[in-house]
Amino acid sequence: MATSKELLDTELLRLVTAGSVDDGKSTLIGRLLYDTKQILVDQLEHIEDASRRRGHDYVDLALLTDGLRAEREQGITIDVAYRSFVTPRRRFQLADAPGHVQYTRNMVTGASTADVAVILVDARQGVIEQTRRHSYIVSMLELPHVVYAVNKMDLVDYSEARFDEIVRDLSELASQLHVHDPAMIPISALKGDNVVDKTDAMPWYAGTTLLDHLESIELAADLNVADRRFPVQWVIRPMADEHHDYRGYAGQVAGGTWRRGDAVVVLPSGRRSTVASVETLDGPIDEAIPGQSATILLADDIDVSRGDLLADPDDLPIVAREVTARVCWMSERPVEVGARVLIKHTTRTVAARIDEIVSVVDIATLEDTPSPGKMELNDLGVVRFRLAEPLAVDPYARNRATGAFVIVDEATNETVGAGMVVDAASS
Amino acid sequence: MRALSHLDALESEAIHIMREVAAERERPVLLFSGGKDSIVMLRLAEKAFRPAKFPFPVMHVDTGHNFPEVLEYRDRRVAELGERLVVASVQESIDKGRVVEQTGPRASRNQLQTTTLLDAIEEHGFDAAMGGARRDEERARAKERIFSFRDDFGQWNPRAQRPELWNLYNARIRKGEHIRVFPISNWTELDVWQYVAREQLELPSIYFAHERDVFRRDGMLYAASEFIERYPDEDTFAATVRFRTVGDMTCTGGVLSEARSLVDVVDEIAATNVTERGETRADDRVSEAAMEDRKRVGYF
Repeated sequence: MATSKELLDTELLRLVTAGSVDDGKSTLIGRLLYDTKQILVDQLEHIEDASRRRGHDYVDLALLTDGLRAEREQGITIDVAYRSFVTPRRRFQLADAPGHVQYTRNMVTGASTADVAVILVDARQGVIEQTRRHSYIVSMLELPHVVYAVNKMDLVDYSEARFDEIVRDLSELASQLHVHDPAMIPISALKGDNVVDKTDAMPWYAGTTLLDHLESIELAADLNVADRRFPVQWVIRPMADEHHDYRGYAGQVAGGTWRRGDAVVVLPSGRRSTVASVETLDGPIDEAIPGQSATILLADDIDVSRGDLLADPDDLPIVAREVTARVCWMSERPVEVGARVLIKHTTRTVAARIDEIVSVVDIATLEDTPSPGKMELNDLGVVRFRLAEPLAVDPYARNRATGAFVIVDEATNETVGAGMVVDAASS
Repeated sequence: MRALSHLDALESEAIHIMREVAAERERPVLLFSGGKDSIVMLRLAEKAFRPAKFPFPVMHVDTGHNFPEVLEYRDRRVAELGERLVVASVQESIDKGRVVEQTGPRASRNQLQTTTLLDAIEEHGFDAAMGGARRDEERARAKERIFSFRDDFGQWNPRAQRPELWNLYNARIRKGEHIRVFPISNWTELDVWQYVAREQLELPSIYFAHERDVFRRDGMLYAASEFIERYPDEDTFAATVRFRTVGDMTCTGGVLSEARSLVDVVDEIAATNVTERGETRADDRVSEAAMEDRKRVGYF
């Protein structure tokens, strides 16, 4: 394991894994943790014990990731689990999403925060319906990087011809679905081939191991540094004599690089000002970048409150009363045209009405069914909303922070859906 | 341009979460145990709300069996920050007959604090309790949301969790319900120590190697104290130890260590081969699903 100093200044890579138990996904995660020496003595003893009790004659690395009692009893994964591991080059945050058909919503949830998706493909089966579904979801969620881990290569005799065949199918799928930065790596999670350590079993493969690939992905290039966006989350007003006139707008940068002197428009009001200072607890800073929590002070005393968006006056988002979005429906209760919901977008929550369910996709064929009338649990579709109050949005493909929203049921308070803005109009 | 370092990314995420809680709930509270995780939480609250005061009080659930070093630290730190401290006392819960004290060498007040916590949440009308729990601590935690919804009885239902997407947290609840919020969910033990070192945070002295009287039980070293009854064959001896977690004295074990400075501790953690809770927390050893069971009934 690396020393503390080496680990101090690494980047955080968030990844989501997709696949079912049958694809060996749990084994892959176990393998990643095991071969990077993240599994500690007591955890290993625990899974050795559990493996023995189940009558396995090998250490079942899949047991490492089974968290809840029901899962251990039924041998399934029922929810997204989050895990961390660290190598000398990078700190990883892993969202482990179950792969069964009924768990589309978990995959969408896990993918929403991820920089990279690792999609498991069984080398014996090649591209199947589930592969298409996972590719569709990571494309819809605009993940900037996708890795297809072609697993169980040991069961196809490490065949180069078989891998090439799968690569052809995957390349076609990725291009059809506009999957970003796809990579394909032949592995065996069970044997440890090409996961962390390079294998001798596939001399024909000249590429990197899975871990090497994940460690090399360039994250800074994914930041949206073009469009300055800053949702106001909280207004800091000390109410003390020494800070009598202090009004700081606190939030997390949703786009662009924020510096002192930048011109600002406050949306939806349209008032204008200039950035007087960008601060943290440590005092003024030179710049705040996407993902950074900071406090912005404005030169003018204008009315700004939670839910407002600070933006670049020369590069405006759409101040929308009508939004068309890709939606994943996440509630057991179906939704129909005319339904009233709440939309939480950045730091603003508004009431909305579903004016039209434009289409839902048939996940098996990836074909759209127009005007289905309703959406059910795990449906993916396109929905047009009318908003009671305006939201300042960008297309999700342009900005994942200002293009995303969640749908909340006002009666039950449940989160019932996820939305990604495709298009918006001001009236 | 480069992306944020992992500590900066985790810090920004935690600050964002705290501000969401403050903005969306009427009566939040920050739970504070005196442990390193809640000391990090205090620093994050400073980062989120200074130069203003915290928009919530700090609450300690005092089992009455705490390390004296930790209580001293708690009072001093909260006073330095100029924030409000609420103490919820397990002893009071016992005196009022809300819970019954366990007896014998295995007695612990760890379980009892769940009742004290839930009573205090109700008494003060808190609707959001922020805690320093992390997903790397335990397998059930890995599946818990950052905003974790609790029903009227304070219970967690792992099968009915709200989907949590992007950085958009749903903090809506009905009257009588509350949410637990874990801003440092995604941090690891090593991240916490690195952050403590980077921010030069002071910790209670028991986190560093020191000499004290201990005894051995279940392969762990416990501090000898008036709060824990020993079996006849459990002799005390002096050892140089430090504590990796700070809980009730009856369920927190120490580890043999010579790490007397922060740098030494961080190096030791980076090279460690046993998890924090596996090594030093008796409360998680009871059964395979120990944490899950306690969480279901309202534990932190």
